[in-house]
Amino acid sequence: MNPELQGRAFAPTAPYLVGREKVREFARAVFSTSALNFDPAAAQAAGYADVVAPPTFPIVVQEATLAQLLAEPDAGIDFTRVVHGDQRFTYTRPIVAGDELTATLAVTSIKSLGGHSMVTSESTIVDATGAHVVTAISTLVVRGDE
Amino acid sequence: MSELAVGDVVAEKTFDLNRGSLVRYAGASGDFNDIHYRDDVAISVGLPGVLAHGMLTMGLAIQPVVEWLGGDSGRVLDYQVRFTRPVLVDATAGASITVVAKVGVLDDAGARIDLTVTFNGDTVLGKAQARVAL
Repeated sequence: MNPELQGRAFAPTAPYLVGREKVREFARAVFSTSALNFDPAAAQAAGYADVVAPPTFPIVVQEATLAQLLAEPDAGIDFTRVVHGDQRFTYTRPIVAGDELTATLAVTSIKSLGGHSMVTSESTIVDATGAHVVTAISTLVVRGDE
Repeated sequence: MSELAVGDVVAEKTFDLNRGSLVRYAGASGDFNDIHYRDDVAISVGLPGVLAHGMLTMGLAIQPVVEWLGGDSGRVLDYQVRFTRPVLVDATAGASITVVAKVGVLDDAGARIDLTVTFNGDTVLGKAQARVAL
């Protein structure tokens, strides 16, 4: 993997408009039982503008930034050898339906360990006003030649 | 929640996954990697068979905590996991994942909830921790 990726600046992703049905679909897929994920009235009663997305929903928005990283022509990342090592989300607020989100990628660390490479990237997700919503941090492990 | 103590189990739940769960998560998340629904592809890359998406395991593991928080995921301030072992989802038997959520730390900011997530008796997530506001 190309160590010069570290510190490289990436363009923000195209805006992602969070739909109510997408939130419900994702909530069902992760076995949510929370009314706030499905019922706008319940979400509004709890102080949210619309249905609330489950905690791991930001992966859907972050995915576009990971695609940018893997597509970088000089990255030297073989997609078929990539394994998800770890994942973290740090929230300012939960995502709600109606949010228009953009994500900006930064590669924060590249390490080699026992023939494998590990690339840690941070995707900062903001709303239409530019206010921070959540930062998604992933480490991808690229397996070396066996 | 004032009588909470470190070590208390705040939530516990078992999730039964089948191949349909993986297809549903693939559609919901947009992660259509073949290894999550095709045994032939999984085996061709050296895996024993179809695996659950790591992000599906992460996504369901926080749900018992959200339930404990009254369904308000806005009280989850930070959530992290390490993917340490794959969850193999058998075509007929499926896979059961058990989540136990315990209080790891209590402080002015709230609590750190530590998750133990197991499949077939093995832990599948490492350092699975959520910071929550109480």
